[in-house]
Amino acid sequence: MQFAVSILLSGISVGGQYALIAIGYTMVYGILRLINFAHGDVFMVAGLLGIYLTATMPLYISLPLVLIGTVILGFAIERLAYKPLRTAPRMSVMISAIGVSYLLQNLATYITGGQPMTYPNIAILTKTVTIAGTPTKMAVLVTPILVIILVVALTQLINHTKIGMGMRAVSKDFETAQLMGIKINNVISATFIVGSALAAIGSMLYFSCYTAVTPTIGALPGLKAFVAAVFGGIGSIPGAVIGAFIIGICESIIKGLPSAWDVTVFSDAFTFALLIIVLVFKPTGLFGEKATDKV
Amino acid sequence: MSEKKNVLRVENATMQFGGVVAVDNLNLEVNEGEIVSLIGPNGAGKTTAFNVITGVYAPTNGQVWFDGECIVENYPQGKMKKLYKGQHAGEYTHVKEPTPDEITALGMARTFQNIRLWKSMTVFENVLIAKHMRRTSNMFSATFRGNHKEEAAQRQEVEELLELVGLSDVKDELATSLPYGKQRRLEIARALATHPKLLLLDEPAAGMNPQETLELTSFIGQIRKQFDITILLIEHHMDLVMDISDRIYVLDFGKLIASGVPAEIQNNERVIDAYLGVTDDAED
Amino acid sequence: MLKQKKDNRSSYIILACAIGALLLVLLLENLNLILPSVPAVLLPTSQLFTVLKKAAVYSLVAVSMNLLNGFTGLFSLGQAGFMLLGAYTYAILMVPAAAKDQVYYLYGGAALNNSLQDILNGVFGSTGVGGTVSLILSVLIAMILGGLVAALFAWLIGLPVLRLKSDYLAIATLGFAEILRAIFQWQKLGPITNGANMIKSFPTYSDFNIRAGGKVVCYLSTFVPFLVAIICIIIMVLLVNSTYGRAFKAIRDDEVAAEAMGINLAKHKMLSFVTSSFFAGVGGVLFAMYVANAQAKVYTTTMTYEILLIVVIGGIGSISGSIIATFAYVACSEWWLRFLDAETYIGSFKVPLLRNGFRMVVFSIIIMIVVLFFRKGLLGDKELPEAIRRWKASAKVRKERKAQKAQKEAATK
Repeated sequence: MQFAVSILLSGISVGGQYALIAIGYTMVYGILRLINFAHGDVFMVAGLLGIYLTATMPLYISLPLVLIGTVILGFAIERLAYKPLRTAPRMSVMISAIGVSYLLQNLATYITGGQPMTYPNIAILTKTVTIAGTPTKMAVLVTPILVIILVVALTQLINHTKIGMGMRAVSKDFETAQLMGIKINNVISATFIVGSALAAIGSMLYFSCYTAVTPTIGALPGLKAFVAAVFGGIGSIPGAVIGAFIIGICESIIKGLPSAWDVTVFSDAFTFALLIIVLVFKPTGLFGEKATDKV
Repeated sequence: MSEKKNVLRVENATMQFGGVVAVDNLNLEVNEGEIVSLIGPNGAGKTTAFNVITGVYAPTNGQVWFDGECIVENYPQGKMKKLYKGQHAGEYTHVKEPTPDEITALGMARTFQNIRLWKSMTVFENVLIAKHMRRTSNMFSATFRGNHKEEAAQRQEVEELLELVGLSDVKDELATSLPYGKQRRLEIARALATHPKLLLLDEPAAGMNPQETLELTSFIGQIRKQFDITILLIEHHMDLVMDISDRIYVLDFGKLIASGVPAEIQNNERVIDAYLGVTDDAED
Repeated sequence: MLKQKKDNRSSYIILACAIGALLLVLLLENLNLILPSVPAVLLPTSQLFTVLKKAAVYSLVAVSMNLLNGFTGLFSLGQAGFMLLGAYTYAILMVPAAAKDQVYYLYGGAALNNSLQDILNGVFGSTGVGGTVSLILSVLIAMILGGLVAALFAWLIGLPVLRLKSDYLAIATLGFAEILRAIFQWQKLGPITNGANMIKSFPTYSDFNIRAGGKVVCYLSTFVPFLVAIICIIIMVLLVNSTYGRAFKAIRDDEVAAEAMGINLAKHKMLSFVTSSFFAGVGGVLFAMYVANAQAKVYTTTMTYEILLIVVIGGIGSISGSIIATFAYVACSEWWLRFLDAETYIGSFKVPLLRNGFRMVVFSIIIMIVVLFFRKGLLGDKELPEAIRRWKASAKVRKERKAQKAQKEAATK
């Protein structure tokens, strides 16, 4: 029983962290039709920023700074690497995203020397609490609650603000939105800012549970978050969140299976298998809208 | 039988997207050697009808016959069963949904409303690729040039075809560098290279000036004679349509509202109404 | 007819280039045996030969990726996965019986008792000419099998995923490569794949050096990967210029038009995918021979990205571009730019920034510059001769304009 609770808890918390990254993917894809391969690396940079900044200043200053730094990074990536390619074929933008990912990873390797760095101890998040007789970190408890709060806030933003309306319009039809006088560059920047901010929050929660930050650590959670976004139906925020929780829980169940079976190596592979199954049988995901191509 | 052989017959074809009926119970026949036009106001469902015939869409209900054989058949299934608004429900019970390439292989080739040439390739290559379908070589023999005789023969045929349609002087130029009228001509030549019995032209004169339209009219007449083929075309230029059509079908809001020889169509009340936009209650 | 002649001429040129390159490599490799003394760069241990070997391997993989991404327009990111399949097939089949216990010691020996070479040694003998024949034959068979295994898996995965559109296809193939990596690291398959540990002790390039009395009398260790890569690339060039290659390009340019002109999309996409994977598999075999081991954790998405970036730098849709870009990329990363990774002092002045990892940073910046500002890469979708012709023509035009301008200026004066 206790074992089951601990698996469920860690599943929910990992799922919540994926959800925070997945929202960034799904929003960007909804608007630019771009798989932002660099998003996972933005998450990694947020982790590194957390390490370097907390080393020199107190938490209450450094954590907001991490948030700001990550947002600036996301904004800069969009302006420098994606905006010049707005009229280029979609493949060029995707290659540019891969290039940015490559650059961030190499830059991180250069700065850290390639060694895993240890994430600072954020006391509130790493405090041990006991739920149903299972001791666990506070972060595990905080994550799902925070995710729900943020998703609600985000839905409010998208449904009830001007910029949110812009986002919805641009995701429906890029060109028409532009013709209707929506400043698409502002809308796109806003999307990247929101996505990066969520990735930064995700990084604080994630690295409080798994404290080693390496230059390539972002790649896998990034890809998994993308799978979550596809699973939920790309472009749909609730879809991405539900997808992320499902993936997180499944992954933690696989990790919890008897060690004699030795299936832990498949915890990542499972996610991708799920992706291929979803893409083949329901390419629009659980909540995605259907789009038809015109001849 | 003195009567001309039937090449294409569309039987009770209905195409419904969600709740929208784009083509409603279309019946249409094209006989050997004819030039038949499909006209109608914008959004009448002409191109959708074309897409049904050429396999881009499977019709929701109905059949398409080509050369005496049923090539496409479908009936409403799944969600569509409840949604279906058209007629002749339950009449068809088979599903035949060939892909466009299979239909082209049967002997039906088309052009597109918005020109779709292969951009990175020359005029010659554009036509040569259309010959790919008639190859007999597999990938291995083609890679190791076991098919050089066939390849040479194909190249020869393409040269001749380009000569016939008057494009041999530009054959090594990029397809997209040609002037608009010639691109249209090239698209027709490309379709002809697949050896079709029936050629479907989707607005071949779209965007052409009167001079180019005149040239096109004579060009279509010329290829019908030279290649001995049947033509079905969608067009808005009435001069061209009235000039070359043997028969005309008129579509409006997905429904066939008239058919007959050009003179009949010209004087048909409903056709004039459809084009001039008379309201429904005035018609009653 | 004229076109045909031109085609023939260009195939002769390609053949001449290929043979020239092979002879050059052979000569370079053996200069140290022919001449009494050579500069250090030509010694068998020189970085030059490492670069050449790796570049030969990578150029094959890059061209195979270009066949798919550049010529058919299918954006696949599964190349590392197919390389892994090739590498493991070769490694599993070629570990000699004598070395099995040592390689598979964690699992108490291997599931397969013999290697291909052992079996062929039984037929041809293990020494002298017989030994050479069995070595060449077994490597050749294992190489082809490596390609075939990759092709088979490509076919299996292609059935469902090739229907997907551009970026979904990319992510699905990427996921597939990750799944493969997990399967090959699974402890339960240990007796075959050696789990997460590396398989080694199989024949590598240096086994092809001709020895007499313990001394090498003719080096072939760079020649062999070149030979294989060149043959494979020539086959792909032939394919691209055949009627099937033209059909691939038609699909890339306009899928709808291609289908309307009778090209079966599913079939041709599959042909391209399977062929590309076959050669990626062979590339994986060559890679395993180059690094002298096979280990699943090497074939990551980063490797695929690396190859993709090479293809982009060379120009998507240009085979010669891919080859040139590979050699430049490998030479820079393994050799010419190595100094960026070393802390350097000029006198007592420490050159700033130079430190381990700086090379890759410079590299990724160069790549970003290419991606953003030279979107077509080195050669665009043209091959080298045509690119040169165009470049010359435009240079001529520029010169003429300059001359005209000068004339005008002189006239006004």
